[in-house]
Amino acid sequence: MSTKLEKVDAVVIGVGWTGGILAKELTQAGLKVVGLERGRYRQTDPDFQPPHIHDELRYHVRYDLMQNLSRETLSFRNHQEQTALPYRVLGSFLPGEGLGGAGVHWNGVCWRFLPYDFEIRSQTLARYGERKIPDDMSLQDWGLTYDELEPYFDQFEYTCGISGQAGNLQGETVAEGNPFEGPRQRPYPTPPLTPSYANLRFRQATASLGYHPFMQPAANLSEVYTNPDGITQGACVYCGYCQRFGCESYAKPSALTTVLPVAMASGLFDLRTHCNVIRINVNSSGNKAVSVTYIDAQGQECTQAADIICLNSYVLNNCKLMLVSGIGKPYQPASGTGVVGKNYCYQASTGATVYFEDEIFNTFMGAGALGVSLDDFNGDNFDHSNLDFIHGGNIANYSTGAGPVRSRPVPPNTPKWGSAWKQNLAHYYNRSWSFSTQGSVMPYRSNYLDLDPTYKDVYGLPLLRMTFDWGPNELAMTEFMAQILEGIAKELGADKYSISKLTKHYSIVPYQSTHNTGGTIMGADPNSSVVNPFLQSWDVDNLFIVGAGNFPHNSGYNPTGTVGALAYRAADAIVNNYLAQPGPLY
Amino acid sequence: MKERAEKTSPSLSRRRFLQVASALGLAHLLTGSEQAQNTPNLPQNPQFKAPGQTRHLPRVQAAYTFFTLPEARFVEAAVSRLIPADDLGPGALETGVAYFIDQQLQGKFGLAATWYMQGPWQQGTPEQGYQHPFNPQELYRLCIPAIDMHAEESKGQVFADLSVSAQDDLLAALEGEKLEISPLPQFFLSTFWQILYDNTMQGFFADPVYGGNDQKAGWRLVGFPGVAAAYRGVMEAYYGRPYQVEPVSLADLQAGAALADESGHAIHRDLATGEILSVHPESFKHEH
Ligand SMILES: Cc1cc2nc3c(=O)[nH]c(=O)nc-3n(C[C@H](O)[C@H](O)[C@H](O)COP(=O)(O)OP(=O)(O)OC[C@H]3O[C@@H](n4cnc5c(N)ncnc54)[C@H](O)[C@@H]3O)c2cc1C
Repeated sequence: MSTKLEKVDAVVIGVGWTGGILAKELTQAGLKVVGLERGRYRQTDPDFQPPHIHDELRYHVRYDLMQNLSRETLSFRNHQEQTALPYRVLGSFLPGEGLGGAGVHWNGVCWRFLPYDFEIRSQTLARYGERKIPDDMSLQDWGLTYDELEPYFDQFEYTCGISGQAGNLQGETVAEGNPFEGPRQRPYPTPPLTPSYANLRFRQATASLGYHPFMQPAANLSEVYTNPDGITQGACVYCGYCQRFGCESYAKPSALTTVLPVAMASGLFDLRTHCNVIRINVNSSGNKAVSVTYIDAQGQECTQAADIICLNSYVLNNCKLMLVSGIGKPYQPASGTGVVGKNYCYQASTGATVYFEDEIFNTFMGAGALGVSLDDFNGDNFDHSNLDFIHGGNIANYSTGAGPVRSRPVPPNTPKWGSAWKQNLAHYYNRSWSFSTQGSVMPYRSNYLDLDPTYKDVYGLPLLRMTFDWGPNELAMTEFMAQILEGIAKELGADKYSISKLTKHYSIVPYQSTHNTGGTIMGADPNSSVVNPFLQSWDVDNLFIVGAGNFPHNSGYNPTGTVGALAYRAADAIVNNYLAQPGPLY
Repeated sequence: MKERAEKTSPSLSRRRFLQVASALGLAHLLTGSEQAQNTPNLPQNPQFKAPGQTRHLPRVQAAYTFFTLPEARFVEAAVSRLIPADDLGPGALETGVAYFIDQQLQGKFGLAATWYMQGPWQQGTPEQGYQHPFNPQELYRLCIPAIDMHAEESKGQVFADLSVSAQDDLLAALEGEKLEISPLPQFFLSTFWQILYDNTMQGFFADPVYGGNDQKAGWRLVGFPGVAAAYRGVMEAYYGRPYQVEPVSLADLQAGAALADESGHAIHRDLATGEILSVHPESFKHEH
């Protein structure tokens, strides 16, 4: 028996970064909004306060803030011929759970994707011709341009207070910034962070190689900032407990410290935590969503009716909830038809670690996004005519904070234990640091998401099944990048260095990044995408699906800046177009 | 020690209770006026509020509560080879790492409380990761007697009683997947090695509150300050120079044995002189 709950204007499924944005924008437009979040209620004070938040074991190693896989996970295989098996222990990516979602424990590197990304197929064809895109690469334009999205990038950045240095102000190149970025209407809201010593060394070396390094945009605020909603945020103290931790200083913008306080103060936001959505219900003709079914904190099934439904439960569950609710045509890899689950992509990284005999770096100090980056080898910023791949990746040195539970660098060929290891660790722990490529991933017909035939979650629903492996583009691109990284290591004058390359097959075991993308992709054509450029379902026009699941491919950047912009654009479309005239917006 | 005067006021704690209860869907248990106050309301501005002091934290009397005696002997011997005591200082044995592992196994890690542990079970590819029905407790319980049996049958003594060089050889064989203990499939031993290795490192470097890293020896070895200070302004002052301080633990701060600034960040002391290092709490002032 499902308890039927009185209809509200809108339901937001998942109250993380994007759910928070939708909740704020819709309540500000006067809508009564119910927010359903599967995890627990939490806030900066007292939940993320020192000293207990500075606990590497609890937060970094035992994943205190992440998804509890005993309740729900996904299954994984590299190829269709394999049997997918459950992701039993967290590793490669760490989905969030609880109010604020993964935004609570992100690093805060906050990018705008390149203009090239949004028109990747047309621009690649125009510059290099048909032959550059292999048949099995389902490369698509996004259905909107960078210029159309620019105001929403701006809105997300000013809501957060992002710290950074503009490189392209209304078409004018600005010194010290990223010359490859798309034009921005105004500077970043706050100045860049203060570089670490490693950042300085990296900046100097890459500049002398002729590259264009800059302080990367950070959602770890360089100074106290009050945003357009009147919300004041703190300044980062460089404590070095950032990625995988909550921020005690209100200095790492998340939904908890930006949009949710506004939604909650509106009096129109009814937040329900410990409520796990299991289904979106549609009408008999299948063109309108009527309600959402969830299991509440007391284990009771409830059905909440609403006029508008926003799906914000992160890439993986957005796709799963579409599939279990039977909305949209599931993707069929054999024929390449269908759309839900299509173009699952990820991030292909290569890294370098450098060791110095005589230099000290205090690598335990830092901030999640404190780093120097360069985009010389990202997107189509360099000529690919004679290369056997497209796109590329950002290259960066981060000083995120390297506590010894998470980071114990020793030079290559050092034993892993015993006295020799101990000696090397004592010497190099503070004389070593890393930099890496955040490589793009192109979509392939054989990489996709669907439902697992065998394994179930705690609610009896099938697990999402991921079929994914590196394609030829990733292998060739990261090989190229490894050479660039090696050149930088040499220029740095490192006494020793090691380069880690992509393994032949993608493995779900080691942590790589929580930058899963695709599955509910956007586009201008309902035959090849799940949502239109306003993130509105092509099939069910009162359903909006928001997250990096909308990306038709993944760029060489962290996703959230672009996710935030897309969320704001969707909210704008709902408030300013859909409410007046409910129906397809595109 | 600077007094942190601010206490959680009754109205704040009431609000927190109402927020949590209502978020848990228990709003119907609250009275009408409580329900009126129960809309979760996140603070609109940073309110830096030092936590009130706790009153009593006991000195824990350590004892192995999961390991049997032979298991404890094995683990003590193994961790003391992985991180040996030497000229650089104490090793894993002396700093309580075996006890740390015992306590981790006794809790949610040992029981794989947050792992997906439903069948059907099937060994996958290495890329598919952990696929055993055994939680860490069961792996330790199974693999330790297997290795002891192997040592006894091949060398005449259980692992703990072997010479250190024989222990090292055996651990190297375990690490290199060269140890064959019929009828145990190799993946049990390789998984056990990985967990034993990780647990040893965690115990040696995690906060001492978990039972290892006694006297913060792991932190002292590498020069890690433990619970962070606010390094704003400090980071640049130490470019290229070691920041060498007396490390601070969670217990130091909670029990008031180390200083904290008004936001609760540790105030570090210079390791050599014991002098208080200047910190830069100006980031917490919000007058605009
Ligand atoms: C360690 C780490 C570091 C990161 N660093 C960066 C970075 O530096 N830069 C960057 O751009 N990105 C980073 N990310 C990614 C970033 O956190 C995400 O892109 C962002 O949070 C996505 O927002 P979202 O709203 O899609 O999902 P989330 O913020 O995760 O919110 C989704 C919410 O939905 C809830 N939910 C899921 N399923 C259900 C259900 N069935 N019913 C109810 N609720 C449900 C979840 O509990 C969660 O709270 C990082 C992520 C991690 C884990």
